[in-house]
Amino acid sequence: MTRYGALSLLRGGLSGQTNWQPAWREPAPKSGYDVVIIGGGGHGLATAHYLAANHGITNVAVIERGWIGGGNTGRNTTIIRSNYFFPQSAAFYDFSVRLYEGLTRALDYNIMFSQRGMWMLAHDRHGLEMLRRSANAMRLNGVDAELHDEAGVRAAIPQLNPNPRFPVLGGLCQPRGGSARHDAVAWGYARAASAAGVHILQNTEVTGFRIAGGRVTGVQTSRGEIGCGKVGVAVAGHSSVVGKLAGLSLPVQSYALQAFVSEPVKPCLDTVVLSPATGTYLSQSDKGELVMGAGLDLFLSYAQRGSLPWMEQTAAGVIELFPQFSRLRFLRQWAGICDVVHDSSPIIDESEVAGLHFNCGWGTGGFKAIPAGGWCLAHHLATGEAHALAKDFGFARFRTGALIDEAAGAGIAH
Amino acid sequence: MLNIDCPYCGPRAESEYRCGGESLIQRPALDCSDAEWADYLYTRNNPKGVHIERWHHVHGCGMWFNAARSTVTHQIFATWGMTDPVPELPE
Repeated sequence: MTRYGALSLLRGGLSGQTNWQPAWREPAPKSGYDVVIIGGGGHGLATAHYLAANHGITNVAVIERGWIGGGNTGRNTTIIRSNYFFPQSAAFYDFSVRLYEGLTRALDYNIMFSQRGMWMLAHDRHGLEMLRRSANAMRLNGVDAELHDEAGVRAAIPQLNPNPRFPVLGGLCQPRGGSARHDAVAWGYARAASAAGVHILQNTEVTGFRIAGGRVTGVQTSRGEIGCGKVGVAVAGHSSVVGKLAGLSLPVQSYALQAFVSEPVKPCLDTVVLSPATGTYLSQSDKGELVMGAGLDLFLSYAQRGSLPWMEQTAAGVIELFPQFSRLRFLRQWAGICDVVHDSSPIIDESEVAGLHFNCGWGTGGFKAIPAGGWCLAHHLATGEAHALAKDFGFARFRTGALIDEAAGAGIAH
Repeated sequence: MLNIDCPYCGPRAESEYRCGGESLIQRPALDCSDAEWADYLYTRNNPKGVHIERWHHVHGCGMWFNAARSTVTHQIFATWGMTDPVPELPE
C-alpha cells in the first residue's frame, strides 16, 4: 500500500500521476475464510480492519450486496458526537469519538473529521432543564459539555433567527463533536483492510447460512457457498432480514430516516446545530451544501426514501431557525433504513447460533459509532468474549430487563 | 404522502394518523418464562414485505384500526376494524 502524503504526491506529479493503485483489490472469493463479515458499510469494514490490525486475523471476507459504503454509511448526515446519558453509552461513544480523532493518521486516509462543535438548542424551560440534566450527565461521565444561555448561543451562532417564533433559551455544546466525510470513512477502512489481506467482495448477496449442530459453518451467496469459522453481521436496517435467514427473530424494527442537502453556497455555518423541538438539525458540508436531517417515519419501511410530511416539517424547522436559508433549494433527498431497538442502544453480541455475531441496533446514530462498533465486534469475533465497552450491549438485556434506555436518557429520537 | 383509508372516515392523508406498530400480538400467560415475556415485549415482526399493523386516526375520528401494508412499496392492501377478521392478503 502506497502511503498517501506529500512525497507520493510529488512522485506522482513527476510520473504523470500514473503511479496510483486502486485503494482496494477486487479479489475472487475463496472457498472459505476464518471470518466472514456481512455488510460492507462502515461497521463491517471497520470490523475487518480491526480484526487484522488488533488481532492479526487477516483471512477475512467482507461481503456486500451492493457497493461498499452505499447503504447507511452513504446515507447519513455525518455527525459525530458522544452526548449520551448512561455511563455505558458515554464510555462507548466517547471511545468512538477518540478513535475518530486519530483515524486519519491510523488509516493514512483523510476522513476530514472537523471538530466544529455540536449545539443542541432548547426552546422552552423544560427543554432547558433537559439540557442541564444532559450536560451534568455528560460531565460526570467525563465527556466535554458546555451549557450556554441565549447570549452564549447567539455569540457562537450569530446566524440564528433574531426574532423567532420559538425563542432560543439556551444551548448545550459538545466542542469535540463535529462531522467527517462519510465516504472517506468507508474507503479508508476498506483500503487499510484490503492492504492487510482482507477480501472485499462487492455485488455479492448473502442468501442463506450453512448451520451445523447449532453453529454457523458457512454462508450461501449469489457467487456460491463460502465456508467460514465465524460470521459478523453488520447490515443495519436489514438485520431482521439477514437474521431470518438463520432462523432468528431480532428485537429490531426498521424505519426510514430522511435527510436532505441544499444547493452549495459559500461558508455560512461553522458548527452543527440540532433543534429537536423544531424537528431538525443541520450543518454545512465542505462542499458548501447545507446537510439537513429529519425525524423517523414512524412506520416500518425498507424503502430508502422519506415521507413528504417530514420533508415539509424539516424545511419549516430550518427556516424557523435560519430564515435566510428560505431561498435555498433542496438539491437531493434520500432516506436510510435504521435498525431501531426498544432502548435505542446497540446490540454487539453473539446470537443463539454459535459463531454468528450481530452488530446492529444503531437506530439513527450508527455513523458516529463506526470505529467503536467495529473495534468491539472484532474483539468479540477474535476472542470469543464481549469487549469491556460492549458487555452491556448484548441480547441478554432484553431478557434480564437491564436495558440502557437512551431514548429516555439522552432524549435522542432513535 | 400515504392516503390511508380509515374504515370509519374514508381516505385521509397520512398526517392525520399515527402508526401503532405490529397488530394481532397475543399476550402470553403470566406464568410464562422470561424469554417468552421478552419475546412478547421486544421481538416484533419486521418483514420486508406485507406487515399487519395498527393505525390510530389521531387527528380524525380517534379510532384504532388494522392495516396491511407493504414495507417496501408502502402500498396499503386493506384496512379493517380492530376486532374484524383479517381479510385475504397477498403474500
